[in-house]
Amino acid sequence: MNLVLSDDQQLIREEASRLLREKASPQNVRRIVEAGTGFDAALWSMIAGELGWCAMAVPEAYGGLGLGLTERLLLVEAVGERLAPVPLWSTTCAAAPLLEAIGSRAARERYLPAIAEGRIAATIAWGRIDASEPLQATGVTSKAVDGGYLLDGHVGQVIDQPAADLLLVSASADGEQALFALEREAGYESRQLETLDGTRPIAELTLNAQFIPDASRVDDGGFDASSASSAIAIAQLGLAAEQIGAARGVMDLTLAYVAERVQFGRTIASFQAVKHRCARLEVDLAEAKALIYGTAAGFPSATPEERLLEASGARALASNLLFRAAEESIQLHGGVGFTWEYDPHLYFKRAQATCTLLGSEEAHLEAIAARLLDKEAAA
Amino acid sequence: MSDEATQQLRAEISQWMADHLCGRFEPLRFRGNAGDGDALPELRKEWERELASGGWTCPGWPGEWGGRALSVAEQVAFQEEYGRAGGPGRMGHIGEGLLGPTLIAFGTQEQKERFLPGIRAGSEFWCQGYSEPSAGSDLANVRTRARRDPETGDWLVHGQKVWTSLAHVSDWIFVLARCEEGTVGRNGLIFLLMPLDQPGIEIRPIRQISGGAEFNSTFFDGARARAEHVVGAPGEGWKIAMALLGFERGISTLGQQMAFAQELELVCQIARENGAAQSSRTRQRIARAWVGLRAMRYLAMRVLAEDTRPEALRERLGYKFHWSNWHRDLGKLAMDVLGADAGIVSDDPRYERLRQLFLYSRADTIYGGSNEIQLNLIAEQGLGMPREPRGNLT
Repeated sequence: MNLVLSDDQQLIREEASRLLREKASPQNVRRIVEAGTGFDAALWSMIAGELGWCAMAVPEAYGGLGLGLTERLLLVEAVGERLAPVPLWSTTCAAAPLLEAIGSRAARERYLPAIAEGRIAATIAWGRIDASEPLQATGVTSKAVDGGYLLDGHVGQVIDQPAADLLLVSASADGEQALFALEREAGYESRQLETLDGTRPIAELTLNAQFIPDASRVDDGGFDASSASSAIAIAQLGLAAEQIGAARGVMDLTLAYVAERVQFGRTIASFQAVKHRCARLEVDLAEAKALIYGTAAGFPSATPEERLLEASGARALASNLLFRAAEESIQLHGGVGFTWEYDPHLYFKRAQATCTLLGSEEAHLEAIAARLLDKEAAA
Repeated sequence: MSDEATQQLRAEISQWMADHLCGRFEPLRFRGNAGDGDALPELRKEWERELASGGWTCPGWPGEWGGRALSVAEQVAFQEEYGRAGGPGRMGHIGEGLLGPTLIAFGTQEQKERFLPGIRAGSEFWCQGYSEPSAGSDLANVRTRARRDPETGDWLVHGQKVWTSLAHVSDWIFVLARCEEGTVGRNGLIFLLMPLDQPGIEIRPIRQISGGAEFNSTFFDGARARAEHVVGAPGEGWKIAMALLGFERGISTLGQQMAFAQELELVCQIARENGAAQSSRTRQRIARAWVGLRAMRYLAMRVLAEDTRPEALRERLGYKFHWSNWHRDLGKLAMDVLGADAGIVSDDPRYERLRQLFLYSRADTIYGGSNEIQLNLIAEQGLGMPREPRGNLT
């Protein structure tokens, strides 16, 4: 297993960082936050359309580049570093893998090429977004009717829905789980919510006997947690990668600030109390990053259970790290860290918003504990 | 090397271990690791010769000196399989992993011919003479003196070294000493190779908090290093001493992680047995330990790869802090899982192993650069933050 980035992977990461430094500059991100849209449509059309970032997540058979999971994670990590308001994680790490895992042939042929070409952004109406098995218990039910289905239910928070052209909804029907595609054009009721984190839009979804034609049922006759497990693991790893990207971003803000701020005739970076706190975060970032990219490298040969456990581990580390990195940034910036003008609060809000998304640190650790302690043989 | 070839190597090692770590060597299984380093020294020396006869000492050395020139990936495979099989702590580690590579890089031809075969054969054992009572984290504050004997050109050494692991069962010691009067810090040091069995050397054991004594104080009172046993030039000792530490790239920590995994498994086993696994806080801590160990393995593999980017340097610098604190935390977790049983000496060997872990792991965050020094290094070398000012107290 090679855990060092290849030259090509390195290039992907560097080019993505370079582009986002310019296009997702703090000024641009703040413009989106203050407008309240949570979504930078121009940036999205550039990275998804012109630059083909989504193509990396799609197999060649569906018009993508078929690159590995590592490349996908590098891009969402770069997006996280700048809090770029684009639905890259939802599209490439959530919707595309789910379509690939459980989509019928027709659904894959319809949607994956569109994602690869950057024509659509896609997301999932996760059930309980604070649960670590979020495709279950969406609270949406479906009923077969002539020529299609009627969907009923309410999903409190749909991440990235305001930016998405395609929404995948998991619904239960007579004890079976089904997945439906709601296209923007089809028309359905949603309402964008005001959010703590202004860099990612969230909407509420209300389905009231919403008619979905047969052709829009995505799965091939039902699915269960095990058939969706690799998609869930990718979503978790992607989110963890995005979180450590954000941690890197906010840690770099801190390092730049403490290197310039002078008190008592010296930079505050020269105080050991400050140095050690920055160093601790580096240790923990290295740990999270190693687990994320190690899991990605071993993904093809790992068992579904191993993938989920390691992805849960990655989430537990990344959620914890990002929050601490962000709160330390505010603290080490001192008074200005509390101002709207300085950037740490943007990351602080992202940290809180993501630390419960798809399972809290505690829920992920409990999932691992259950595997280690509640069965006879431990991993 | 292809994954398939590595798999073959793994199978070969694991078979060899199964065939040899048995019979009279059976008692060595899982013994002699950190914290248990003074266990069964004579049998472990015989084990080193057994390993040597199978060609499994010094597998990373070049063929010219009897090694197999294994790549990093292959050495990782070796360490993991060795650890998995319960291979005992290596008496030959200091010679094989530290001094040998240093001689190969900086030694004279005569030094290589004199010393490398003994290390390779498991017939000569080495210990390290670096730390002193006043030179711990501040290693450059070495005060042990080496004076040249004008008649023979040999070096006569006076002073005291401390934490000399296994000196009492070793044959040779390498010593960092001050050879130029009036120098301070990194200048004026010399790197000497000295036999331990000679007049003027006295070794006294240091009893540890775990009760055992794998460390010693080693006193030098006019002990002799021969003129041809200086590595590098007199005055360049610091360079050699640091290069030696650089060879400790952490490959052996992969084997150590196998022992960590067994310790964690013991903790899980006992938690299931005694009901500790019902506590939600304990469950969280055990899961966190599992995550940390998984990450540690990947981190080690990243650290060992030849990667020169700045972020790779940061990861490398953080590795020691990560594993040592993980291990120390596991020691406390193990005791908390044992609960009241932790306080009573037990004849359950699992309990004793965990008690040793609890006590010994306190050393992990101190030796080889304490937590505080590690964080300084990460901040200064990894993040470019200002260096700590030096004081002038002596």
